[in-house]
Amino acid sequence: MKKIIRIDLNGRPREDAVADNLLLIDYLREEVGLTSPKKGCDGGECGACTVLVDGAPRQSCLTLTVTCDGRAVETVEGLAAGGRLSPLQRAFHEHLGAQCGYCTPGMIMAATALLRCNPRPTKAQIRAALAGNICRCTGYVKIIESVEAAAEATP
Amino acid sequence: MTPPKARRAAGTRVPLVDGIEKVTGRALFTADLAAGDALVGRILRSAASHGVITRLDISRALALPGVEAVITGEDCRHPYGVLPIAMNEFPLARGKVRYRGEPIAAVAARDAATAEKALALIAVEIEPLPAYYTAEAARDAGAVLLHEGKPGNIEREVHHAFGDPAAGFAAADLVCEERFHCAEVNHAQMEPHAALAEYDDARGQLTLHTVSQVPYYTHLHLARCLEMDASRIRVVKPFVGGGFGSRTEALNFELIAALLARAARGRVRMALSREETFITHRGRPETDIRLKLGLRKDGRITACACEVVMRGGAYAGYGIVTILYAGALLHGIYDIPAVSYDGYRVYANLPPCGAMRGHGTVDVRHAFECLLDRMARRLSLDPFAVRRVNLLQAPTRTPNDLLVNSYGLEECLAKVEAASGWRQRKGRLPPGRGLGLACSHYVSGAAKPVHWTGEPHAVVALRLDFDGAVTALTGAPEIGQGSSTMVAIAVAEVLGIDIGRIRVVAGDSAITPKDNGAYSSRITFMVGNAAIDAARRLRDVLIQAAAGKLEARPEDVACEGEVFSVRGGAQSSLAFAEVAKAAIAIDGPITVKGTFTTPPEAQGGRHKGGAVGSTMGFSYAAQVVEASVDSDTGEIRVEKVWAAHDCGFAINPLAVEGQVQGSVWMGMGQALSEETRYVEGLPVHASLLEYRVPTIAESPDIEVAIVESNDPLGPFGAKEAGEGALSGFPPALVNAVADAIGIDLDELPLTPDRVLEALVERRRRARLAETRRAS
Repeated sequence: MKKIIRIDLNGRPREDAVADNLLLIDYLREEVGLTSPKKGCDGGECGACTVLVDGAPRQSCLTLTVTCDGRAVETVEGLAAGGRLSPLQRAFHEHLGAQCGYCTPGMIMAATALLRCNPRPTKAQIRAALAGNICRCTGYVKIIESVEAAAEATP
Repeated sequence: MTPPKARRAAGTRVPLVDGIEKVTGRALFTADLAAGDALVGRILRSAASHGVITRLDISRALALPGVEAVITGEDCRHPYGVLPIAMNEFPLARGKVRYRGEPIAAVAARDAATAEKALALIAVEIEPLPAYYTAEAARDAGAVLLHEGKPGNIEREVHHAFGDPAAGFAAADLVCEERFHCAEVNHAQMEPHAALAEYDDARGQLTLHTVSQVPYYTHLHLARCLEMDASRIRVVKPFVGGGFGSRTEALNFELIAALLARAARGRVRMALSREETFITHRGRPETDIRLKLGLRKDGRITACACEVVMRGGAYAGYGIVTILYAGALLHGIYDIPAVSYDGYRVYANLPPCGAMRGHGTVDVRHAFECLLDRMARRLSLDPFAVRRVNLLQAPTRTPNDLLVNSYGLEECLAKVEAASGWRQRKGRLPPGRGLGLACSHYVSGAAKPVHWTGEPHAVVALRLDFDGAVTALTGAPEIGQGSSTMVAIAVAEVLGIDIGRIRVVAGDSAITPKDNGAYSSRITFMVGNAAIDAARRLRDVLIQAAAGKLEARPEDVACEGEVFSVRGGAQSSLAFAEVAKAAIAIDGPITVKGTFTTPPEAQGGRHKGGAVGSTMGFSYAAQVVEASVDSDTGEIRVEKVWAAHDCGFAINPLAVEGQVQGSVWMGMGQALSEETRYVEGLPVHASLLEYRVPTIAESPDIEVAIVESNDPLGPFGAKEAGEGALSGFPPALVNAVADAIGIDLDELPLTPDRVLEALVERRRRARLAETRRAS
């Protein structure tokens, strides 16, 4: 069964007919062509597919697309408004918060949700907010530094 | 004109040249590539651990509408394997299966559902053989052999002795022997394996995009397994989501994807699940170590005897190299006059092991640094003191003929001793909290490659065209470690140009020069030197052209900050773009090439296996771990790590810090929680919930101190930074736990159940002793 859904995707309204059982990650990657949400596991284990649904971090591999009807979905592709990197994107780049880059889109989206509701998080709060996102390269030290740097750079 | 401010690139903190793509989502990994109407490839895997394939019928699968190709072991008769002397694996099993999950057949279909349905229609019958899941069982006298001609299921035995171990032990004041056990671990790089294969039937050409760390090996094995001329093959490495050694061999799935594409005369995308990625394995083997050390009262090591048994899995892979590394790297860190080593690499009915970060050395270094600490305690020596009294003096050669050209371990020790507050804090921490120290080292590139062709070890080409841009072409696979950034920095430094003028193209066999790949921490040392060589050649061409325009002698012309001027003169200067135009006007767009070849004195001893462990320069590391132990739950918390790493010279200190932190942290995963587990050969760890990679919640701050010993052969003096610190973490943690709770643990990982078991055992013994006293 297909259903017509309306989604605000990275600030642009879309209308699509999607199957009931279509996962949000497959909708984004296969139907829309936004490949930043990554598959790092077989479902809900690694956080590499994290996107924001109405501002809240969601694992797009565990989210049915139809449940996003009428909602706003954000991916990392939508953060660089007008081509300018967001403070988190800039900080992850400059402070080496990304090495191989595979977990990075999900990590930045989870951190984006954190900074929106808590612009000056402590290290413990950063750890709690990113505990669902696995990185295998950095040991997380420079990820925490990146989030702190972005928080400082945001007025 | 006013010259722009001179900028030296080497030694400054440079963000990754491909970092913007990673933070914006524009970085395309293999599974992200537009595949259009590509077929979906799927693999049928063995449900048996060991057996003879008695029936394999693909006819019903082939007849299913939407299925374009079904292949089996019949479609590839050539074995493959990373070591030319030990190729015994087939992309798809032929005749026998030797581990659960081994590929038997593969399907290319129009969509995933059809491919899955087709797999279910393949009829397989396997007559089981006895299966062995431990090295001990596989070595049993009556065990069935996994491979013919390998009695005892031993793939390789190594027996080396250097110096006079018997005399060394006789001269010791204290001799101790202990056993250590390290669980098998996996790289668990974040990107699951994937490949996109395209076979152009009209031209007879194959293009493979894949997740490789060594596309060159994949290229060779494609030619071999598909019986194609290598000139008709192109291998492209897109963005790669980590490797840590898992992708330093051609792997079955990429060969299968190519075989399927040819059989289907089209495009096939193959995306392995996380479970399949775990089954493809190639990680660090389960290892048993028996280590004996002899020490004088002052802590001087007089002799070392080490026996290592590795459970290597079902096929050879890198096994021979791993078992040789384990012995060779007993040397090169301390001054040890006599070392004997006995290594056994054993086949078992499990996924094949391979190279993993710190290849071969990690488990042996663990045993060594633990035992050294315990013996120092018995001699009432401080852990720093026992290490300081055994330091090497560079330059030197080890008893097994390894070259040690630069040696910053003494400074590493001083840095972590001061940073951790060791002298003030050791022995004065609250109960259940402790400090531990360990040292480690690693090669900066294997001086002899696996494929000994006689070619230079690394080649970098530079192009300069009408636009004034410098394009660096390198086969060195950028996999997140920052190799492309390193190349850009090296070129910018030598040419005195802005890094923004440089583009790096890496890892496309149609464009970039062959490279031996991302393994053995070779890229900075080898490709860095080749990049410097190439940049010097380009600089010579430009200086010739500038000298002509400036009417000066070439030797008087210098380039700094994108400006060419005459040294010591007041003459006019020329901008880089003007000089580039002048140089191109003489002879057209410029292409130069730089190379690096390892010097013979770095290539190791003449004894059998002597090439393994040989390198131009060893990195050195020391680290202090602070940990606390919950005596009720057995849970260990790592509070803080101070790591010092001698990387010769930090070409990019930002990347060096990142690499050291990543290495230390990966060592922490192995020490705390990571282990593969099999039940009758079935991997029960094959997800990121069961295979416990540390999350950010339990990951500590890791403070890095960079030590620069300035290696005489290294690029700008640099050595490796990406592996050396890993093997120090597990022993530093075990030593910290001993300091915290007074128990020496011999088994990795230190999971809460193992720690709790040791605590309970101690309480039980204490009670027993008390009862005995009372009675």
